[in-house]
Amino acid sequence: MGMTITEKILAAHAGLDEVRPGQLINAKVDIALGNDITAPIAIREFKKAGATKVFDKDRVALVPDHFAPNKDIDSAEQCKVLREFAKEQNITHYYETGVMGVEHALLPEQGVVTAGDLVIGADSHTCTYGALGAFSTGVGSTDLAAAMITGEAWFKIPETMKFVYNGKMGKWVGGKDLILHTIGDIGVDGALYRAMEFTGETIDGLSMDGRFTMANMAIEAGGKNGIIAADDKTKAYIKGRAEREAVFYYSDEDAKYFDVREYDCSKIEPTIAFPHLPENTKGITEASSLNIPVDQVFIGSCTNGRFEDLLEAANVIKGKKVHPYVRTIVIPATPEIYKQAMKEGLLEIFMDANATISAPTCGPCLGGHMGILAKGERAIATSNRNFKGRMGSPESEVYLSNPAIAAASAVLGRIGSPDEL
Amino acid sequence: MKFSGNVHKFGADIDTDAIIPARYLNTSDPAELAKHCMEDADPDFVSKMQNGDVIVADKNFGCGSSREHAPIAIKEAGVSCIIAKSYARIFYRNSFNMGLPILECKGAVDGISEGDKLEVDTDSGKINNITTGKSYQAQAIPPFMQELIAAGGLMEYVKLRGASA
Ligand code: SF4
Repeated sequence: MGMTITEKILAAHAGLDEVRPGQLINAKVDIALGNDITAPIAIREFKKAGATKVFDKDRVALVPDHFAPNKDIDSAEQCKVLREFAKEQNITHYYETGVMGVEHALLPEQGVVTAGDLVIGADSHTCTYGALGAFSTGVGSTDLAAAMITGEAWFKIPETMKFVYNGKMGKWVGGKDLILHTIGDIGVDGALYRAMEFTGETIDGLSMDGRFTMANMAIEAGGKNGIIAADDKTKAYIKGRAEREAVFYYSDEDAKYFDVREYDCSKIEPTIAFPHLPENTKGITEASSLNIPVDQVFIGSCTNGRFEDLLEAANVIKGKKVHPYVRTIVIPATPEIYKQAMKEGLLEIFMDANATISAPTCGPCLGGHMGILAKGERAIATSNRNFKGRMGSPESEVYLSNPAIAAASAVLGRIGSPDEL
Repeated sequence: MKFSGNVHKFGADIDTDAIIPARYLNTSDPAELAKHCMEDADPDFVSKMQNGDVIVADKNFGCGSSREHAPIAIKEAGVSCIIAKSYARIFYRNSFNMGLPILECKGAVDGISEGDKLEVDTDSGKINNITTGKSYQAQAIPPFMQELIAAGGLMEYVKLRGASA
């Protein structure tokens, strides 16, 4: 019987010809990732276990992106743990502020992860690299510590759910809307423990940036990984970047799926997730009719902080001013994206509109810094989570949307569509 | 292992930001984290809670971030074990990796109320509700997870395997 792409990658990394859902395997990891929140615990465990050397200095990635540039003394101490470990172990993929970007935008961009890889990261949005046709999943710090020592991790082979997207996307609709719509459909535990495989003609037509956005939010449906088989776009993206030979895996015709769900994308509106769960979705028509004022707009994060996202927002905001009582914060996810946005005039468009631009960081996405909400405040953000207190006060609210809706809402001062400008 | 304690009950989809908000993640000191355990789900949790108490929650407990700070805060706060209808997978994995006993039991969750006194045997999965006199059987812990627990968590397991390699 055939296997899915997820099963094939896991089998190959475990040295097996075949695996089946439910099976436990030990597999080799191509990259093990940690950040300034999760790596300090992993490094502590690594030392406690008496380990002295990482399994491979080229295959551990340490990205201090959450609270860096260091927001306070305690975060500075955390980042220092990473930097000293990186120095001591001579880690190739360590990124000091200046070359640092949000990890899940940075690693694919820098070619550290590629098609066919098996990647674990002590960060739940490690699932983002599935957009390259890799198996990647979030784990905890202890898993990262073990992988830094052994180069391996244990996995239970997940069942796969297949999501088929067909039809032409409407105006202002993108990858973010497809994934929010899907999470609204199946719920925040609708894919619990399972692989989510995204396919269909709409996915074929989606840019790499749109695909990263979709794979990024698989975890918001409880998924173990999100994955999109590589095609010509993927190959063009990884060409000249990937530091290892890519391997392309495809699901067999007779692969077994737990469930197959189909969506007609011509019927999907720009989609907003209301507080306090990503599954609380509504179309923009309804959301806009509710007249919901916002105090802050955040355009950035590992979900929608890539170049195409900034371009989409800039096209909406160009020549306009943001509402006088809306703090509009734009954060290019990596230095490369920042530079490209600068060269192509996007930064000027944002600044002329009275939006502000920050250095690459996770920042407000997790309520870290650079835009924390006060009690009673409300934000619309292009990030991936709107849990209670996610962006600051437990009594604040976060709505999730695509970059075009976020930009339009910044101008309108309430949640609305570019069509209303 | 056997535990007994009083129940603190929570609803569905308790996320890791509710368990330990990011504003406290600039440290990984377990004692510091424990002071803010469950703060955004129930601000009084830490003051009400007594050593050995049990968290009982609906489905998808621990969804969201991979932060191990969440099970660390819960364990360090003195919670003896968690009983829920289901867990988000990274939280589930983290709990075993660091030795926080967690049980899956749909029936028990519906039959247990805030403040009930429980006796829990994590080896057999048996849950006795002393307050109501009812008992429940949780899902058996998968064999590999038992191996991890027997070894004393993932790091000990890795050390054992390293020694034999
Ligand atoms: S941008 Fe947000 S979701 Fe992405 S890695 Fe940073 S904190 Fe996590």
